[in-house]
This record gives sequence, structure tokens and C-alpha cells, in this order.
Amino acid sequence: MPMTRREFIKFTGLGLAASSLGVLGFGASGVAQAAAVRPFKLTRATETRNTCTYCSVACGILIYSMGDRAKNARSNIIHIEGDPDHPVNRGTLCPKGSALLDIVHAPTRLRTPRYRQPGGTEFKDVSWDFALDRIARLMKEDRDQHFMTKNTAGTTVNRWTSTGMLAASAASSETAYLTWKVVRSLGMVVFDNQARV
Amino acid sequence: MTNTWQDIKNANVVLVMGGNAAEAHPCGFKWVIEAKIENGAKLVVVDPRFTRTASVADYYAPIRPGTDIAFLSGVIRYLLEKDAIQHEYVRAYTNAGLIVKDGFTFQEGLFSGYNEETHSYDRSSWDYELDKDGFAKSDDTWQDPRCVINLLKQHVSRYTPEMVSRICGTPQDKFLHICDLFASTAAPDKALTSLFALGWTQHSVGAQNIRTMAMIQLLLGNIGVAGGGMNALRGHSNIQGLTDIGLLSNQMPGYLNLPTDKETSFDEYMKTKLFKPLRQGQTSYWQNYRKFVVSLQKALYGDAATQDNNWAYDWLPKLDVPLYDIIKAFEMMNNGQMNGYICQGFNPQQAFPDRGKIRRGLSKLKFLVTMDPLDTETSRFWQNFGPQNPADSAQIQTEVFQLPTTCFAEENGSLVNSARWLQWHWKAADAPGDAMSDIWIMSGIFHRLREMYRKEGGAFPDPILNVTWKYTDPISPDPEELAKEMNGRALADLTDATTGAVATKAGTLLDGFAQLRDDGTTASGCWIFSGSFTEKGNQMARRDATDPREQGIAPNWAWAWPANRRILYNRASADPDGKPWNPAKPIISWNGSRWVGIDVPDYGPTVKPSDGVGPFIMNAEGMGRLFARDLMVDGPFPEHYEPLESPVENVLHPKVRSNPAARVFADDRAAFGSPKDFPYVATTYRLTEHFHYWTKHALINAILQPEEFVEIGEVLAKEKGIDQGGWVKVSSKRGVVVCKAYVTKRIKPLTVDGKATHVIGVPLHWGFTGQARKGYGANTLTPSVGDANTQTPEFKAFLVNVEKTSAPTT
Amino acid sequence: MSDLQSQDYVRRSASTMTPPSARSHEDQVAKLIDVSRCIGCKACQSACMEWNNLRPEIGHFEGSYENPADLGPSVWTLMKFAEYENEQGNLEWLIRKDGCMHCEDPGCLKACPAPGAIVQYANGIVDFISDKCIGCGYCVKGCPFDIPRINKKDHKSYKCTLCSDRVSVGLEPACVKACPTGAIMFGSKTDMKDWAGERIEDLKSRGFDKAGLYDPQEVGGTHVMYVLHHADKPSLYSGLPDKPQISPVVMAWKGVIKPLALIGIALAALSGFFHWVTAGPNEVTDEDEAQGERVLREAESEKSS
Repeated sequence: MPMTRREFIKFTGLGLAASSLGVLGFGASGVAQAAAVRPFKLTRATETRNTCTYCSVACGILIYSMGDRAKNARSNIIHIEGDPDHPVNRGTLCPKGSALLDIVHAPTRLRTPRYRQPGGTEFKDVSWDFALDRIARLMKEDRDQHFMTKNTAGTTVNRWTSTGMLAASAASSETAYLTWKVVRSLGMVVFDNQARV
Repeated sequence: MTNTWQDIKNANVVLVMGGNAAEAHPCGFKWVIEAKIENGAKLVVVDPRFTRTASVADYYAPIRPGTDIAFLSGVIRYLLEKDAIQHEYVRAYTNAGLIVKDGFTFQEGLFSGYNEETHSYDRSSWDYELDKDGFAKSDDTWQDPRCVINLLKQHVSRYTPEMVSRICGTPQDKFLHICDLFASTAAPDKALTSLFALGWTQHSVGAQNIRTMAMIQLLLGNIGVAGGGMNALRGHSNIQGLTDIGLLSNQMPGYLNLPTDKETSFDEYMKTKLFKPLRQGQTSYWQNYRKFVVSLQKALYGDAATQDNNWAYDWLPKLDVPLYDIIKAFEMMNNGQMNGYICQGFNPQQAFPDRGKIRRGLSKLKFLVTMDPLDTETSRFWQNFGPQNPADSAQIQTEVFQLPTTCFAEENGSLVNSARWLQWHWKAADAPGDAMSDIWIMSGIFHRLREMYRKEGGAFPDPILNVTWKYTDPISPDPEELAKEMNGRALADLTDATTGAVATKAGTLLDGFAQLRDDGTTASGCWIFSGSFTEKGNQMARRDATDPREQGIAPNWAWAWPANRRILYNRASADPDGKPWNPAKPIISWNGSRWVGIDVPDYGPTVKPSDGVGPFIMNAEGMGRLFARDLMVDGPFPEHYEPLESPVENVLHPKVRSNPAARVFADDRAAFGSPKDFPYVATTYRLTEHFHYWTKHALINAILQPEEFVEIGEVLAKEKGIDQGGWVKVSSKRGVVVCKAYVTKRIKPLTVDGKATHVIGVPLHWGFTGQARKGYGANTLTPSVGDANTQTPEFKAFLVNVEKTSAPTT
Repeated sequence: MSDLQSQDYVRRSASTMTPPSARSHEDQVAKLIDVSRCIGCKACQSACMEWNNLRPEIGHFEGSYENPADLGPSVWTLMKFAEYENEQGNLEWLIRKDGCMHCEDPGCLKACPAPGAIVQYANGIVDFISDKCIGCGYCVKGCPFDIPRINKKDHKSYKCTLCSDRVSVGLEPACVKACPTGAIMFGSKTDMKDWAGERIEDLKSRGFDKAGLYDPQEVGGTHVMYVLHHADKPSLYSGLPDKPQISPVVMAWKGVIKPLALIGIALAALSGFFHWVTAGPNEVTDEDEAQGERVLREAESEKSS
């Protein structure tokens, strides 16, 4: 089938990307170019397929990390770009998606559990055991004190309204399901997610 | 979204109203550009501001915030008056010809059944006349004055172009031009797509905004077809998934309702869920409801859920109010009715209305737990950050736990996108420091609680002790195991109803929800996800991007609920005989013995066209609803009500100014301002450079939009002596924001009911943690009132004042 | 190494010898920026910073969506926003991605006194070879589009490389790949001109009679081209030059004076280099600043002599 140039452009990139890059510019001079220009930084990086964490377009992304996942190596993410195979974003990313690297490595990423006591003016680092033991204890105390098994009409209602939870709409569905199980088995009804905001 | 992102390219007209797709969803918006270039589509933008979406529009019209129903009702009036509707579609696929009960009325802004004291309706008159067999009466000739189309005509007759312009401030010529563009898609082979988001939901009439547009789409025959649909462009990466799995006050997985305390037994509960067909021979899919609930209970409680204990029905909490939504939660906190709150990846201190009230509420808690990859404002609500967070730490007795979590790059799992695709993703690296996954943290809290209840006893421990937890690693369950649990399994050998042979062996993963039973022999944690993880493997991880005819379906990429169906209501893409309305872009068609095409039919695969089963099989009448029956709390037809804070009276019915069914708490009502003190209409929104309150933590995004500002039109700026980039003080009855001004030509005064009305734009992304410059956040100003149906806060229309000020000293 | 890379040069700054350009048969590349489909989202800016490891300082809001406020040594591309009311009184928001145009006849290269600090490859990309740059700032003056910026810390000039590192391994530049709406395309210059032609036709059908391609012949054409709705008035787009001109001073310098001036500048550069070795590159002291100033001043005086 003969193709016009435009059809060719369309075919190669669905009208979004451009024509064949292989014949452009540096052609056979790969070695030479590697010497003249900045070295291509992904040559030995590990590529992992993921989904952008922001909006609900759910763009496919490629996460590049240093380290080959050997037992004694710790991977470090060095670059993130769009997944060209993805049927929606076709490799593109918005200004937020293009900067995902900076949220992964944000200086304000939290690294350790912290606790603030009543009236306190600062956080202090605590162990996971301290935090989770204390949280579970506080939840149980509140639940045991305020759980309603029957309402005034004598109907079984089994609900807990004095502790509530907001669930994370950027968490995976698997996280969401496990969260649902925990929350509802406790009888919690003050329960919401970002669907409204 | 009823359709896919790529399907937008099939549209002839793209309407962006109630959203700002280019800025909020740039990579999805590419398909609008594709529609323009490859399909000659026209892009229409209706927005209070000339946005970046408007910058590439073929036609732009301004509108006053909070008046979309008036605009769209005017469009309906125009379409009916000019007879620019797709007749055959409307006749066969909508309830236009069904007859409404005599008792239903609309007078002076109120529908029949209003109770002034409770601010709610008795909705019993909002329904069809039924015949002796319990089917809805109809008049296919549309002669009966009580049939839906005639009542609708009467209802919208008030929305003349003059009235639309008077309410919305949209110039009449622009409004009429847009009506013409809408009308052009009434042709069977033409489609308009509606792309909307929070610009429609965040109003006290949010759900009705969307209904009005959905009615237009039904009248134009644009639902179920390629390039059509109602496309809610959703926010967070898994907001669709969290809604699907029911992480909402009144929901269970798969859009099953959490019981209320009126439903005293499982049978009582099921009575309201029968959804008996309202037309002869109609398929009403919700009749399988019982199978979904029983299978959910089996997934949750395993062997402990039995026929004898009504599938552990009593272990589900029962609601006494319609919703314990966020506005109610913070009202309860402020009233001292809550002691604990857990914020998983959520930042209410910035994200919820009336930040002052949020801070006061959190201050009254005994304990607050935050789980987040980032240092959120919520986790530091108790700390004094100056005017942006004037907290008195010593007075706040709340114990606060700030728990560090993994982020997307550090975990496996699936997310559901706006088009209902479940896509699996893979871990690329370990989390920093001691950060742990939400799964590990939730499990950790749960195990500790369960141990305490096992050892110490306590209030109603049964569901806690009996909830299933059969994971290989109970401390940190593998996401694949959880995905399989949602998909569901056979708990016993399932036999074929006709042959009696074993069709599905016990223990096998199910292929789909059609296999679910209500006798306890199947378990499925989320019935609509059934089919996502089968014996053939993880369907969500599929990566075949093949797209038949390049029509934007890509059926083998990941997996879409329900049943891998990509376009909802696709039966309506074909005429009653099963021939596609648009032969160039068919989705499914009838081949004489079954429905075939590029998508999974949203219909019985072998149901003959001559059987007359309506295409909307989730509705009891099988039809798209121009009249909503009793399913909306504020009326079966949409009506224009002013926002709770509005600069003008309701010119349609002065006595009923704002949504009469809105729930407003007394202290919130006291915090509403009047136009005398706060003369300008404000609306909050996102900028494309930022995502909510997260990306101010990301250096690149902080560089791209570093500092808080508001957008003010040139006319108002001149009037108030405000300079470009100068400092302003923006105030509402609830709070003050001091920030810079962007004086722009992109917001013009609107003439509303003869008066010039100014709109102030308030981008929302700032706060007091992260790398961008410290700011207040738009919700310092917003009112605490929600949509009558969903309680989504009215962030898009409220009143403020603005004054020139000097630079802050700090 | 340098022998091999020079096979791809077609031009080289401050060199009297014509480069061998043994690979001059290569296809010429071009980036096409279609402003009519640009939504001003800054994905290009974001991707450019991420790929090239650039992070300028966090600025302020300055009365526009333009951020950072200007191009810089760490800002190689910048969205510029212009609110324009057309003859019909309708508002148009003209948004243009600014950055190096990769001129066919590059003013920066012509102005550059440092041998080999600016090169043009056979595919048309104009690249700065930093280790040869002396930070004199002549490229800034020579550029008709006001693009290059000197980094005050290392006294080197920086601008868009057209992601020569990506292009060399067969990938499109980072901004092109990211662009959500396909407003930035990359390919052979002929393909891009063809595609532009189709876009211009579409724009004309939508009422933009003066739509056209911006590929200014004053600089021999560019390897970054624009599709404009108002090609008759490029300056509407935040001052895109209607007729870009290489400064006549640079032309003169290139033609006559440069070989004489070279000697002086080479000496100045050498002293700068030794200072760098002994004092280290990371901290900018007053002395560094003064040194930079001196290099510039010396260059200026050489130029005017």
C-alpha cells in the first residue's frame, strides 16, 4: 500500500510523535556522538513499568533506576519518562508526570515514624512498634467506650462513629480493599476518600 | 467516564464545561486535539475564566460560577423547540414517553413533597404511573401531557436565551451559537462528548449539573456511541478504584449499599434492592444484587458467614444518616463527637472547606494518625506557621502520629483510571528510610487490635475476630493475593444449571461475575472486578495495545470493569434493529444471532433486537432517564438554584433561592457572607503545573509555579487600584488570604441581571510544607456546604472581597 | 576522539579551517512547535529540567504564568504567555515555547571567539561544547533570539542542546517526547515542513487566514520552527522577532577582525582556566566574578581594537 508522507507520520506516531528517528542526524556515528555529546544516561539503567501517581488519565511510565537488582545493590531511581506503548499517553507526560522524579526524591519525603505528644511543639522520632501499639490501644479504648451495638429502637446497628478514616485515592486497589476490610470489621462508618474534593 | 480517553478522538463536538481538561488532564486532552485534527471536531469551552483549555478552543463563552443548570436547561429548551433531538433514539431508549404520577408538581421553585422543617422531600410522587402488572404506563405518541417529554418541555420553558443570559451572564449570541453546535450532533452519525470534572461536582447542585448534561446527551442520542458519552475526568490516580471498592461512608465494594438501621435484617435490606423491571421483558441487572452481597460476605467472613447467620449481615455496620461525609465528620469533631481520625494519603487541613474549622476540629481530637509519603499540613496542624497556620500548640491536646509510607514507585498493585481500566504496576525501588507500605501499616494496626480483642475482649469483637486473613504473609499481604480475593473464587464445585456437570472446580478463580451465586458457594470481594485476575493470570497486567480500526478501544490492554467492557451502554450505539447509528464507527451490532463488534456488549450477548429489551440494563425501566424518579434528593428534573453564597437573588423564584434540599449545619450557615460585605464571586481551581498539595514538595513543580496568587480581571483591578503582581488581601466570612494578584484579560465582568459581576480566581495549591513558597491555601476562604446528593463541597462558587495591600513583613 | 566527532561538524566556532564534515550527507533534523495545539502546560519545561538535571532557583510569582522569569543557564526552554485581543475583540492567549532555534546560520557560533566551543552538526543541531567555552558572552550578543545565558558560577554559556544525547541514540528530545498534545514534533526538516503545511491548512479552515510557518530565512532557516496562527505578526508571540538579524557587529567581527582578536582572548581564557584549577569551580567568589568580568572586558576591548 503506497503511503503519503502524512500517512507515514500518522502511522509512526498516531499523529503525535514524528517520523523515523533512526535516519536522523547522527546515523552511523553512534560512537563518535557518544564522545561529542553528553553520554546517554540510561544505557545500563533498569527499566520498570509503572503508572503515574497523579491524575486519573493513568499514564504509563517507565521508571529508570541504577542498579540491576542484584542482592547487594540498592536501586536508585534516576529518571522517569512516558511509556510509548501506553494507548492513552503514548509516551507523553504532563508537567507533573515529567517531574515525578522530584516527588520520589522530595526532601520532605518522610523516612521515619514521628510522634507529637499532647501540647507538644515538636515531633520526635519513634519506632514502628511504639507508634502502632499506641495507635491500636487508642483505637481500642475509643471503640470499646463508644461502639454502638443497638440504637434506641433496639435495632442492631454495630457502628462506631467516634473514630473515622480518610482513605487514600492514590493507593492501589489492593491497599484499598485491605483498608476496607479493616475499617468495616471495626464497624467504622465515618469513612471517606478524595472522591468529593 | 462512559467512554475511553482515546475515544474522545471520535467526537464531532467536544464540550469542556465544568472542567478544565487541558490543565487538569493534559495527556488525556491530547485526544481532543486529535479529534480536532483527524475528525475536524469543534472544541467548545464554557468557563468563568479563559483557561488554557479555552486557549485552543474553537469557541469560548464565559459563564458565572454556579449557573450551569440554567445554561444547560436553556440548551434543552432550544433543542426541544428547534426539534433538534435524535427522535428514534429518544423514543426507544429514554423514558420520554413514560407517564408520571398525577401528584408530581413543580411550583415556585419547589417540587411536590417538600418539608420546610427537615429541608427534604417526600419523594413518593416522583414516579411513573404503573399499570395493573406493575409496569410503567407509557404513551409512545407523546400526546399525553403527563408523559416525561411534555413535563420536561414545560419545566425548561422558563429558560429562554434572555433568561439564560440574565442568570449566567453569558452573552445571548454566544449562548445561541453553542446551542447550534450542540444541535449539530443530533444527527445519528454525529457525536458530542462532554468532558467535565470538579467544575460541575463542587456545587450545592453538583449532581444535578451533571444530570442536566446527561439529559442533553440522551436527547442528542450521544450516550453509548463512539465519540459521545458523559466523561467525568476523575482526579486522583485511583479515585475511581476507591469509589469502586466503596471506601465511602455508605458504600460496599461494587456499588452495593451499606445497610441502614431501617434495614433490620438481610431480607429487609434485600427488599429495597430488588429492582423489579418496570417494563415487560426488561433485563434489570441489579436483580443479581443478592449474589453480589452474599459473595462479598463470603470473601470477608469466609466460613463464618453462613445461611444461618444471614451471611453475617449483623456484622456490617448500619447507618443512621445518609452519609458520614467529610463535612459531617468535621462538624462532629467540632462538636466533640469524635476522638480519633486516620488520614491515609489525605491532607484535609488543606483540602477541606473552611480551613479554620478544620484546624479547630482536628484540635479537639484525642488522636490523629497520618499515613503519607510526604510531610503534610494535616500532620502539622498543631504547629504555629504564622498567619498561614496560627496554631497554639500548647492548647492542642491531640496526640499525632506521622507515619511514613511508600509511594507509587515502591510497590506493586493496580489502579483504576477514569475509563475504568485496572492497570497493574511494578515496584522499581525500595522506599527511603523506614517508610512502609499502607498494606503493612493497616495490617499492623489490625493485628494489634485483633490480639487485644482476643486477649482482653471488648465491644463486639465478632467481625474483628472472624474477618478472613488467609494471606501467605499475614504481616504484609501480597497485592496479588488481595487482587485474587477481589476477583473471587469458587468455594465449592459449581455445576452447570442445565447439564449438571461441574463447570468450575472448587478453589478456582472465577472468570467473571456471571458465575457468582447467592448460596455461599462463591466468594468475591468486589464483584465488578470479577474477571480481572483469573486462572489465565493477571488480566490487569496485559500489555497488548492492538486497537481494532484504531477506534480507541484497545480491548486487550489491561482490563476494564465491568467484564472488560470499554464503552458503557454500547447497546445504544446501534438502532433498535441492531444496526449502528454511525456505520463509520460501529461498536457492536446484531449479526442475526448475536451481538458482535469491537467491544464487549453491554447487553445480553444473544438477546434479539425484537425482544425490545432497553439498552440501559442497570435501570429498572431499561431506559435513559430524562426524569430521574426518586433517585435524586433534590428533584427529578434539574432546577437552577443559586449557590449558598451568591451575589444575586434567584430570578426564577425569589422565595427559593438556593437548593432547598441542601444540608447546612447551623454554624456553617452563620459563616456565610452577604454580597454587601463580600461582593465578588470566587471560584477555586487547579493549575496544570501542580497536583493538589503534593507537587509543592517536588522541586521542578515548585519552580514552575512557585507562589500563591489570585486571578483578577483588569476592570476590577483598575477599580480597586490593584497592580499587576501586587499584593492583595482576599477575604471571605471565614478567613483571609494575603497573596499576589495576577491581573488578566482572561476574566471579564459578566452582566448578571443587569449588574456587573466580577469573578476572582483562586488557585488552590499552596500550604506551609514543601518547597514552594509558603501560602495559605484556597480553602481558607471556602464555605462548608455540600451538594445535596453527595455532600461534595461548594468550592466553585462563593463570595469574597478583595483589597489592595502591602507586602507582608515576614 | 575529537577526530571522530569532527566528522559530524559542519561548522565550528573561531576556526579558519572548514570542518571535514565527512558525514554531511546526514538528514537535517527539525523540531516543529505548533503553537495552535500548545496548551501551555510546561511539560516541555519540566521534561527538559528533569532530563538535563537542571534545577534553577525557586522564583516568585511575577504577574504571569511565566516561570522561571527568564531563560537562564539552567532554564533552556520557557513557555511565554501573551494575552492578545484580536481585531474582533476576542481574546487569544498566545503561548509559545521559547528556546534555542538552532539556526542554520547561527549567530552565536559566528560570534564565538573560542575555537570549537560552539559547533554545528551535520544534522543542524547547534551545540555548545562547554569545556571549550571561555564565558565571554559573545554568543549572547550574537544570538538574534536572545537565547544563551552565562552561568555566573562556572562562566560557561548554556542553552538547549536539542537533547543531542537523546538524538544520538535515536530518541526524540525530552520536550518532544513529553508534550501531551503533540504540539512539539521532531523529525527530518522536510517531514516537519510537510506536516506544518497540513496544520496551516487546518488553521486556515478555522478562520486563521494568516496562519503560516516560522522558519526565518534571515538566519538561513531554523531547526526549530513554529506553526503560528498569525504568521504575519510573529512579534505577537511574546516578541518572537519578525525579522531576526545577526547583529552587524558580529558579522563584521566574523568577517575581518576575529583572527586578530583570537590571540588576546586565548590568553585571557588560559588565565581563567588556571584560576579554575587552583580555586575550584564550585564557589563563586568576588575574585571569580572579577575574573569573569575581566575576561569579558578584555574580549570587548580586543573586539573594538
